[in-house]
Amino acid sequence: MVKDSLLQKEYELGFTYTRSTGPVVGKFLTGLKNRQIFGNRATDGRVIVPPMEYDPETFQPLNDFVQVSDAGVIESWCWVSKPRSSHPSAVPFAWAMIKLDGADISMIHHIVTNEQNRVVTGARVKALWIDQPVGFISDIRCFVLEED
Amino acid sequence: MDNKNKEVIDAIEAPIYLKYNFTAGLAPARFLSQLKQGVLTGQRCPKCDNVYVPPRGSCPACGVATEEEVVLGDKATVQSFTIVSIPIPGNPIQPPYIVANLVPDGANISFIHLMSECVNEEVRIGQRVTAIWKPKEEWDFAMDNIRYFKPLDEPDVPAELIGHLSVNGTEN
Ligand SMILES: [Zn+2]
Repeated sequence: MVKDSLLQKEYELGFTYTRSTGPVVGKFLTGLKNRQIFGNRATDGRVIVPPMEYDPETFQPLNDFVQVSDAGVIESWCWVSKPRSSHPSAVPFAWAMIKLDGADISMIHHIVTNEQNRVVTGARVKALWIDQPVGFISDIRCFVLEED
Repeated sequence: MDNKNKEVIDAIEAPIYLKYNFTAGLAPARFLSQLKQGVLTGQRCPKCDNVYVPPRGSCPACGVATEEEVVLGDKATVQSFTIVSIPIPGNPIQPPYIVANLVPDGANISFIHLMSECVNEEVRIGQRVTAIWKPKEEWDFAMDNIRYFKPLDEPDVPAELIGHLSVNGTEN
């Protein structure tokens, strides 16, 4: 048998899903479109951000929405020095768990700064919004460090 | 979908794209190279004699490598088919059209291809068809060098003989 040289081909498989948000995630995304961040109050009184559809302890539907601040505190973080194409930032950034003022649960987002040494647990950050929010998590372009 | 003009967000676009770099193994590379020359080929199992198309390089029944190349003709038999009535996003073919499992003469398994130049309602299992190739200058390493199969004016093949014809279309 003749051994032909290996044939290779790049191709892309795309699943172009549109997903329904449901009323709770919809409320969160609608808030983002208006540069507002909503959580909701769990049965034990904690404010959860992003809002949850059901209480993690009692499994009751949660509807008591609470607006929280778009600024908060870094609870934990991980520096990404070489971002990949699917990352939200082309320049080095930090994934971070951020507890927004008024929330009891931290939310994951990313922080962009050229002062890597200031990214520490406990540091304050605030949302940097895009110019024309569309109702998506990337309406928050990133979080940035608040000035000292 | 555009959320820009929506007051309440109730849906989001959430596409998933998977990027592949497909490497054809030895048997598929050989098969595709022959297709580029306008020749349909299979491979025969040295143990059970089954001819596979497209060849994968081994016989799944016997677990042995298949190396003997078999040149197949353009004629085939309809083993099963479906009439597609729903448009598929990204597919340029307008429904209704026929997708069929076709067994080329000389092979023992079918592959999937299109049928055309036929009356959809008259397509049937056992029907004889032949390959319609694209113009030679358009041939590539691709199965769609064959544009489609069209019916032949030949007697139907009895169900029990489908997949058991020799390469010249006679009963084995
Ligand atoms: Zn075999």
